Amino acid sequence: MTIKTYRQALHDTLRSEMLRDEDVFLMGEEIGVFEGSYKITAGLLAEFGEKRVRDTPIAEEGFTGAAIGAAMLGLRPVVEIMTINFSLLALDQIVNHAAKIYGMFGGQAKVPLVIRTPGGGGQQLGATHSQNIELYYAFVPGMKVVAPSTPADAKALLLAAIRDDDPVLFLENLALYNTKGDVPDDDTPAEIGKAKIKREGHDLTLIGYSRMAYIASNVADALAESEGLDIEVIDLMSLRPLDRETLIASVKKTHAAVVLEDDWLTYGIGAEIAATISDGAFDYLDAPVRRVAMAEVPMPYSKVLESAAFPTNDDVVNAIFQTLEAVGRRLKKVGQSHD
Amino acid sequence: MSSKLASNLKYELAPYYLTMTLKESPMTDNALTKRKAPARKPAAKKVDGGQLIKFYHDMMLIRRFEERAARAYTEALIGGYCHLNLGEEAAVVGLMSALRDGDYLFTNYREHGYALMRGIDPNRVMAELYGRVDGVSKGWGGSMHMFDMAHRLLGGYGIVGGQLPLATGAALAINYRGLDEVVMCTMGDGTANIGAFHESLNIAALWNLPIVYVVINNGLGMGTTVAKASAEPEIYKRASAYAMDSERVDGLDPVLVAEAAARAIATARTGKPFLLEVVSERLRGHSVVDPAKYRSAEEVAQLAQFDPVHTLAARLVKEKFLTAAEVHKIDDEETARADVAHAFALSSAQPDVSTLFDYNYATPVANDSRRLPGEPLFTAAGRPAAETQR
Repeated sequence: MTIKTYRQALHDTLRSEMLRDEDVFLMGEEIGVFEGSYKITAGLLAEFGEKRVRDTPIAEEGFTGAAIGAAMLGLRPVVEIMTINFSLLALDQIVNHAAKIYGMFGGQAKVPLVIRTPGGGGQQLGATHSQNIELYYAFVPGMKVVAPSTPADAKALLLAAIRDDDPVLFLENLALYNTKGDVPDDDTPAEIGKAKIKREGHDLTLIGYSRMAYIASNVADALAESEGLDIEVIDLMSLRPLDRETLIASVKKTHAAVVLEDDWLTYGIGAEIAATISDGAFDYLDAPVRRVAMAEVPMPYSKVLESAAFPTNDDVVNAIFQTLEAVGRRLKKVGQSHD
Repeated sequence: MSSKLASNLKYELAPYYLTMTLKESPMTDNALTKRKAPARKPAAKKVDGGQLIKFYHDMMLIRRFEERAARAYTEALIGGYCHLNLGEEAAVVGLMSALRDGDYLFTNYREHGYALMRGIDPNRVMAELYGRVDGVSKGWGGSMHMFDMAHRLLGGYGIVGGQLPLATGAALAINYRGLDEVVMCTMGDGTANIGAFHESLNIAALWNLPIVYVVINNGLGMGTTVAKASAEPEIYKRASAYAMDSERVDGLDPVLVAEAAARAIATARTGKPFLLEVVSERLRGHSVVDPAKYRSAEEVAQLAQFDPVHTLAARLVKEKFLTAAEVHKIDDEETARADVAHAFALSSAQPDVSTLFDYNYATPVANDSRRLPGEPLFTAAGRPAAETQR
């Protein structure tokens, strides 16, 4: 084990995979000379050269599509899209091509492509740079979408994504890049399509992914200490495929669930989770499934307004308390802040 | 059959090659004779009769195959959209003759003729149109999505412009591996106006990729004329924005197209991408179901003189490479091949419903959804329904 940031774990995994397999190469805006907008690719151009660390023009549709075409011929491109907001420029190539090519041609061409891109919010970047639209890709058969919340999972899922023969959207998060954690030294890939129980408990199931899984773990730990609550935390890890069984098994044990998401509530990832729990554990629920999600507005620039719109630890704590009250559990009154 | 050909041959196509030079070419909306103003190099002086006859065979195969497909469509044997290469036979045959077996082709959705000319068995192309298991894409693609890695047809694509970034990426892979192969990427004239056109040509030129972009300019994007859609209607000129070489050629003559394609491919093989514009003609509607009412009676009346199959037939007879009887015989042979393809497609099995989820993913993955529309996610016992049933 080595303690690393999420950023360092991504960097080191990209580097080790490039050393392992010459077909792995990187493409994206500003990943080479500039060393990446978030410095994930720092130093890689100097080590591997322009052939394998390819700075692209600002042309998301063009270079994402080119990566798909290169993958069809057997290369294993890892594309960086600077933020997930800009992936909309490549939507046709991702949805109509990367996700379709294997099935539409009867299994004749694989697309071993990884698209790395961070979601975000909370940094006063305004309406067009604060969205979390991973749902658009998780909606599409043919795609795989993974969303690690820790440095260790970032490594294990990136290994899995690069070695997978299907197009994988690899969701990072601006707020997670500087978080630290133990990272295994060995190269064991995660299993895509599996959720992870981050913390076992019996009182309530708290479900999240990416930044919201990180918050879920922190809130559960804090409430264990302050309230003596025994919360089970599930990190979805994979948004497509979705590990419904792990969710159902947990809710059958805890009888209550709160779902955390950094996207918008209406039609969001949490809606699918809530529907899944309704389908698979209806008789086990002692309270409605509660969702915590972004306010449904174009994200304002103003710090005050942005803070109001963006889910916080307090929002999560309140949702947990209200759900447990609906269950009929008496709770100590505690302070509001767990940040 | 003979009366059909007799009517075909009545079109005397005096000088079917054109004499206007680029500078003289006025681009008047919908004026067919004026639109056809390719800047081109003269054809090889020595005419190769054997090659002309081969081209005629190939063009007639496409002609009869497409006519058979149109009929099958009206018989409800083909579903969805169905776009035909009728009128573009010389362009298709000329372009494909210039590719090596190891080169790659990406096309748009009007690609039956290209699949045939890449060497794919007409039976398998027709079976794909009929949605059968023996189709080139096993019944998953249909008319717009033919694919065959063995013949390096890397797809017909149904989204206008979608194939351009992909083809550019295939050329990048060739470049990455230092191979001697070339990618050809065909498209219609309307595609020149989509963002993917600009992004792809720019990237190909920046990175010195071995690719030839081919615009088949038939003057119409569905029902919208080039003049109404394109600020620079002479599309090959757009290459100058990417410091790329380009050429415009008359798509009525397969020999001219073949020669231009050979020049373009030779350039691309040196790592210089190329834009080739082939001025062509669409003899029917945009798709099988389009009656093309947006074309004037005068324009339609003129179409016959831009029919490349009839043009070549007349030339073969006039220049005494073939007798009229021999021309008939080729027609009969290729008509028979189309009929055989129809019979084969009709006898090919429909896909089994149990294969519905066979191509979800190339790498098997946990919790992959295999649920049919009416199935619940979970049974009453809370087990995943689809898993327990299979």
